[in-house]
Amino acid sequence: MYAQMVKSTGKGIKSREEMTDEERQFQDRVDADEKIEPKDWMPEGYRKTLIRQIGQHAHSEIVGQLPEGNWITRAPTLERKAILLAKVQDEAGHGLYLYCAAETLGVSRDELMEKLHSGDMKYSSIFNYPTLNWADIGAVGWLVDGAAIMNQVPLQRTSYGPYSRAMIRICKEESFHQRQGYDIMMKMAFGTEDQKKMAQDALNRFWYPSLMMFGPSDKDSVHSAQSMAWKIKINTNDELRQKFVDQTVPQAEYLGLTVPDENLKWNEETGHYEFTEPDWSEFFEVIKGNGPCNKERLGARVKAWEDGAWVRDGLMAHAEKKAAKVAAE
Amino acid sequence: MTRDEAFFEFLLRMGDNTLILGHRVSEWCGHSPVLEEDIALANTALDLIGQTQMWLGLAGEIEGKGRSADDLAYLRDAWDFRNVLLVERPNGDFGQTIMRQFLFDAWHSLMLGRLMQSSDTRVAEIAAKASKEAAYHLERSADLVVRLGDGTAESHARMQAALDDHWPYTGELFLSDAADKAVAEAGLAPDPASLKEEWDEMVTRVLTEATLAIPEGAYVHKGGKAGTHTEHLGYILAQMQWLQRAYPGATW
Amino acid sequence: MSTEWPLWEVFIRGQHGMSHRHVGSLHAPDAEMAIKNARDVYTRRNEGVSIWVVKAADIAASSPSDKGPLYEPSQSKVYRHPTFFDIPDDVGAM
Ligand SMILES: [Fe+2]
Ligand SMILES: [Fe+2]
Repeated sequence: MYAQMVKSTGKGIKSREEMTDEERQFQDRVDADEKIEPKDWMPEGYRKTLIRQIGQHAHSEIVGQLPEGNWITRAPTLERKAILLAKVQDEAGHGLYLYCAAETLGVSRDELMEKLHSGDMKYSSIFNYPTLNWADIGAVGWLVDGAAIMNQVPLQRTSYGPYSRAMIRICKEESFHQRQGYDIMMKMAFGTEDQKKMAQDALNRFWYPSLMMFGPSDKDSVHSAQSMAWKIKINTNDELRQKFVDQTVPQAEYLGLTVPDENLKWNEETGHYEFTEPDWSEFFEVIKGNGPCNKERLGARVKAWEDGAWVRDGLMAHAEKKAAKVAAE
Repeated sequence: MTRDEAFFEFLLRMGDNTLILGHRVSEWCGHSPVLEEDIALANTALDLIGQTQMWLGLAGEIEGKGRSADDLAYLRDAWDFRNVLLVERPNGDFGQTIMRQFLFDAWHSLMLGRLMQSSDTRVAEIAAKASKEAAYHLERSADLVVRLGDGTAESHARMQAALDDHWPYTGELFLSDAADKAVAEAGLAPDPASLKEEWDEMVTRVLTEATLAIPEGAYVHKGGKAGTHTEHLGYILAQMQWLQRAYPGATW
Repeated sequence: MSTEWPLWEVFIRGQHGMSHRHVGSLHAPDAEMAIKNARDVYTRRNEGVSIWVVKAADIAASSPSDKGPLYEPSQSKVYRHPTFFDIPDDVGAM
């Protein structure tokens, strides 16, 4: 997902007997679906895990601007250009909301930025893949935003108040993202031969990376179990991946496109599609930094940050001068 | 030149200015100094693209050859573009982008204010909508020019350099040719020269507050309004028009 | 490293005569820029609003509301709304 493989800090879930009174009260509140707010007491592990998760999610939003942003200047009509720009701008907004949510946990945005730039914190593997033809912009909206929505809709109910509120705002905006993507896919899939080719090519390249977005199976992971007990993770990775495949395959069929998986078939008994797992060794390579665009993506973020330092400093200096003037009067 | 030919020419100038500047500003998306600014710049670009659709849409109507706003944006070559040279200049650093924006916004808001009185109601309506947007763009860009001009030593130096670079390209905004005279006589639009005094005042006020020195030289780079551009426009069009050119007749 | 811009809490009143409500936060060097940034960040989908900003550090205690803000359609940017895109029923929920 946008936050993949977030490790919680503990060694697994404590039994009620092992918990302190504070921990028990906290868990009761979470179990009762009460929201935890910044000033409430929370276990240190909860706070740290959330910082990692929300931070990684925020990083994914802003790095996620890059693969699509790369087509803004080449969008084929004025309307497409405006739609794409509005969409990529929304992603900057999502990053901003999430950084603010993380800040309520006692970390600053600049600190999180520095951790992204130094490689200490990751962002979603998906954004290390290139966007090579215009249909990729359709495929990203349809598949990548689609997968993100699948994860973010349940997260609106997450136990941490500021995170939940950010998710609610983000989900409202995301629906337009997926639909504009599918709208592009329809134009392409029902267009000229060349356009169909672009659409199929985009699906071929984005299918497995999209499945990877949910992360490797975590049904036996103690970290995931803890996160689920805290309600900062709502579903297992496999549940969401299955849901995504079940939803997406008919959409691909409608477009007349072929999902690049020979083993894909509908299972009448389970009521789900059977599908091939992505190549997890590729996933781990991408996470390690060996994806096709890791260097460009991180490089672009670092450059924007460094080139912008004089602007941030200049604006701050002016504000301080002005405040000093007012104070002197 | 007939009235409609001059009118068409004028509408292309308005629409090409917003098209090319909007394109330039959109290049910042994902690369700005801070998230808040990334979002603000995208808003400016979105407004400019929206205005382009209106100006070029009306241009196609006046021309009467069935060309849409997209046809005009994506299927003309550089010599048919009528934007001023200022807006096609590269983004440079953030200061150069903001200075270019400010110098343009100051002109644009004056121009749109006058166009609200156009004898053509369609022009007046577009101007009414666009002038609200332009007023906000100006408020923002002027504010940033002041803050960065009067910020740190480095931000001051960069803003002064940006001003020095762009200054010779501002004169073109106020040059009048036969088409300008014809639309002015028809009451469609003001003579560009008539905006100069107010622009000078506005720009001087802001630049003074920004502690920046207005450049001495009076040289004016021109040609864009007549279709003779800098080398930069060709690259912009190569990117912008590529899909439409490579796959003619496709719908997107 | 330079000083980070302070954090501001943003409150917006929509067109319906409701009171200002907390919509989120942002960074800005001072109040004036915080208001401008709030307009750009938090009113992308609505118009005719009044904005308050408060330095986060100056808030003694607050509990932001649970529901997200209402979005008012902006006439010229209809494409921001999912219904702008016609998705066939066969395709399922999106
Ligand atoms: Fe997003
Ligand atoms: Fe999105």
